Amino acid sequence: MHELTDRALNLAQVKGATYADIRIVRRETQDITVKNGIVQELALDSTQGFGVRAIADGAWGFASSHLLTATEVDRVTALAVAIAKASALTKIQDVEIGPAEAHQDTYRTPVAIDPFSVSLNDKVSLLIEADREARAVPGVAVAESSMAFIRERKTFASTEGSYIEQEIIESGLGLVTTAVSEGEVQQRSYPNSFGRHQSTAGYEFIQQWDLVGNARRMGEEAVALLSAPQCPGRMTTLILDGPQLALQIHESCGHPIELDRVFGTEAAFAGTSFLTPEKYGRFRYGSEIVNITADAVTPGGLGTFGYDDEGVPAQRTDIVKNGQFVGYLTSRETASQLRRIHPDAPARSNGAMRADGWNRIPIIRMTNVSLQPGEWALDDLIADTDDGIYMLTNKSWSIDDKRLNFQFGTELAYEIKKGRLGRMLKNATYTGITPQFWGNCDAICKAEHWHVWGTPNCGKGQPGQVAHTGHGTAPARFRNVQVGVMK
Amino acid sequence: MLGKEKLQKIADRVLALSSADQTEVLILSNDEHLTRFAANAIHQNVSEKDVAVRVRAVLGKKIGVASGNDLSEAALQKVVESAETVACFQQDNPDFNSLPEPRPVQERAAYAAATAAYTPEARARGVATICSASRQKGLEAAGAFSTATAEIMAANSLGVSAYHCSTLAHIVTVIMSDTSSGYAAATAQDVSELDLEAVGRVALDKALRSRNPTEIEPGAYTVILEEAAVADMLSTLGYLGFGALAVQEGRSFMNGRFGQQITGDNITIWDDGCDPRGLAFPFDFEGMPKQHVTLIKNGVAKAVVYDSFTAGREEGKVSTGHSLPAPNTFGPFPLNLFMAPGTATKEEILASTERGIWVTRFHYTNPVHPVKTVLTGMTRDGTFLIENGQIARPLKNLRFTQSILEALNRAEMLGAELKLVKRGWGSSATCAPAAKIHEFQFTGTTEF
Repeated sequence: MHELTDRALNLAQVKGATYADIRIVRRETQDITVKNGIVQELALDSTQGFGVRAIADGAWGFASSHLLTATEVDRVTALAVAIAKASALTKIQDVEIGPAEAHQDTYRTPVAIDPFSVSLNDKVSLLIEADREARAVPGVAVAESSMAFIRERKTFASTEGSYIEQEIIESGLGLVTTAVSEGEVQQRSYPNSFGRHQSTAGYEFIQQWDLVGNARRMGEEAVALLSAPQCPGRMTTLILDGPQLALQIHESCGHPIELDRVFGTEAAFAGTSFLTPEKYGRFRYGSEIVNITADAVTPGGLGTFGYDDEGVPAQRTDIVKNGQFVGYLTSRETASQLRRIHPDAPARSNGAMRADGWNRIPIIRMTNVSLQPGEWALDDLIADTDDGIYMLTNKSWSIDDKRLNFQFGTELAYEIKKGRLGRMLKNATYTGITPQFWGNCDAICKAEHWHVWGTPNCGKGQPGQVAHTGHGTAPARFRNVQVGVMK
Repeated sequence: MLGKEKLQKIADRVLALSSADQTEVLILSNDEHLTRFAANAIHQNVSEKDVAVRVRAVLGKKIGVASGNDLSEAALQKVVESAETVACFQQDNPDFNSLPEPRPVQERAAYAAATAAYTPEARARGVATICSASRQKGLEAAGAFSTATAEIMAANSLGVSAYHCSTLAHIVTVIMSDTSSGYAAATAQDVSELDLEAVGRVALDKALRSRNPTEIEPGAYTVILEEAAVADMLSTLGYLGFGALAVQEGRSFMNGRFGQQITGDNITIWDDGCDPRGLAFPFDFEGMPKQHVTLIKNGVAKAVVYDSFTAGREEGKVSTGHSLPAPNTFGPFPLNLFMAPGTATKEEILASTERGIWVTRFHYTNPVHPVKTVLTGMTRDGTFLIENGQIARPLKNLRFTQSILEALNRAEMLGAELKLVKRGWGSSATCAPAAKIHEFQFTGTTEF
């Protein structure tokens, strides 16, 4: 591999690059889906290639190819530098990427059981059994269960002297049951909705989640929801379960702290952020008990790795401390930009740049953006709530392009009356404005309820990129929330 | 670009390597370039070249899929073997009958040499046009300018062999002041047909006119939705229920309503991959010719789209040419939606509106209740109050929560112009008119 990386880095400098890096990536994926007792999907996919990123004339260029040959490395490297020079035509100031990062290292996701060593037969059998359990419930129209496994091997080398080899392994699983009646469709998902729950882990992760043992309950809940009353519209107290809170954090905290968004680079697509630079260190994001961190080191987190795709080591960063907004997710370039505005900001990136494969340029992505646990037992929290709604598992989501006004729907909800869970409610929704919502957070459950949920489908960037992010959460309570938006 | 002959050779080689009962090979070759800008300068400028080979192997009623992007003989052989191995581990799929038999596909011209040859410097100069106009007004432009060449070869062991080559050029920009933003976009197969200055002018004008917006109470308002907002609603309908699998599983809004009035009688929606007003793509990912499928005619639910698998599950149905790449658990999908235009210009629609809200486009729309087609999302990049047939003032953005079918039941006027609105993926695009709709439900506001 050294031969190709050295070739690219040398040629980039000869062509006029002041900085260059190359990533060589090989990704294997295995996807299995069982739907209504039939294996609908069993696919083994692989993709490989390389991307060269260069700064020339003070601007960025990037080019990539699937052909791993010396000739193609030469062509692509020259193209990356030429593109950088074209970018310079609109340049306002030279790109700065801060202090040099030079690391020689290797990293591999720690796994107990290599998921690619487990037979397809064992995997299919488990999904078939879960499917059978779910469809044993009268009224279940569709059961769909799936597993996904990813192995990504990547080599990063830069003109600053880095040479880093990583192997990231992911395992994921999920089951969704659908019940249908006249004019109504209801779904229940386990362990999480929208595909699956996923982790940087081996097959032991699949074994930890008892898909078969929970399939029948998912079917029963989906059927029960068909005849459940509609979630009423009112202002009330809201308790969110871990998976829903994970998406709440993802959308209302994770995205607005991406410093490239803050500086406008997503303005025409995903949007910008209400957390503008003047708010850095001096904006009340939530109540005193709200502590949010971003880290790439939590074991099993879907945003866990050794080095980001700029070769910056994995780190842990405070984002919200005692309710106060104190940190962004940064890249080398945006960390330098922020420091020009706030000289006290860290000079180095906190390592959040990731690319969706060899053919994409790294952009700032969430690592594991997590709400730190509080002190409550979930039973005590419900017992302490006189009147409210408990919502579980995301069903729909939407948020404005500065990440202020949000509206979420959940698969399942229960009334809370005088400290007890009451009737099941369907089509539950809630809406709010981000800092007001987090300002009304008055209780967070303790560490025994805390889990890192994987979000394997975060879209951003042009051309589009899908990132895999993690969010540690325990259930939490929010006061004065508008629920039941849909009549 | 590899060309038809080379892709055919790869396809033939893959089919020859396979010992499965039936084999399908799908080759997707792309050469894509994108220049992204923000704060009036290019910040990301990328190029990509890839060729992916996807093999579907059929053993009786067992199906396996594998893919790779290494075109060496050994790698192709490995992909074929993987697909066959995977098929061996399958159980029979009783609903699967066969890969499709060949059917004639009409070639559609979709390639422009100017787009294929476009250089990074030319893209940078185009971007500079927009950035310069924005800077002169003290505003900041962001956006992306892309050019791409794509080839597709779909072949199978029953004799299907379809090849298509296309180019695509797309520009999108959002120009911002401290308190406002304006959006414009354009798509063409020939980059020389894009008028970048005009795109910049529209976004700039809207950014200037939407400065210092004020709030309005949420509630039911008459709206004038520009084409991008209507296209967003149509795309959601396509996702929720215009495919046969959704109907077969009982989760489509079309279930039990075929032949019934589900929208106003001025609404006609169809899918057509061969209509030159859209992005021509004459066959699907199984190599089946794309049919014109009328989904809703004069408000009456008529039909949905099929691939070979869903067609095989119903007596007398054939694929309408709407397959996605295998393996596909989502089912067939309409990638080229159209909505019939009306007769009014947007100026005439505006003049006819005593009080209402003008919406440039929506942001982050998502279904809340799929069967009722209830959608929520935000307005974005140019929202205005209409009073006495004129734009009165800019508004802060609003959240809507609204059933699409109910909205299309209250569409009083439709624009005469159909606009091509590119969706996120490949050559998927929707052609939609502007629409004036009564009692559109806004359920919240935001701070900008």
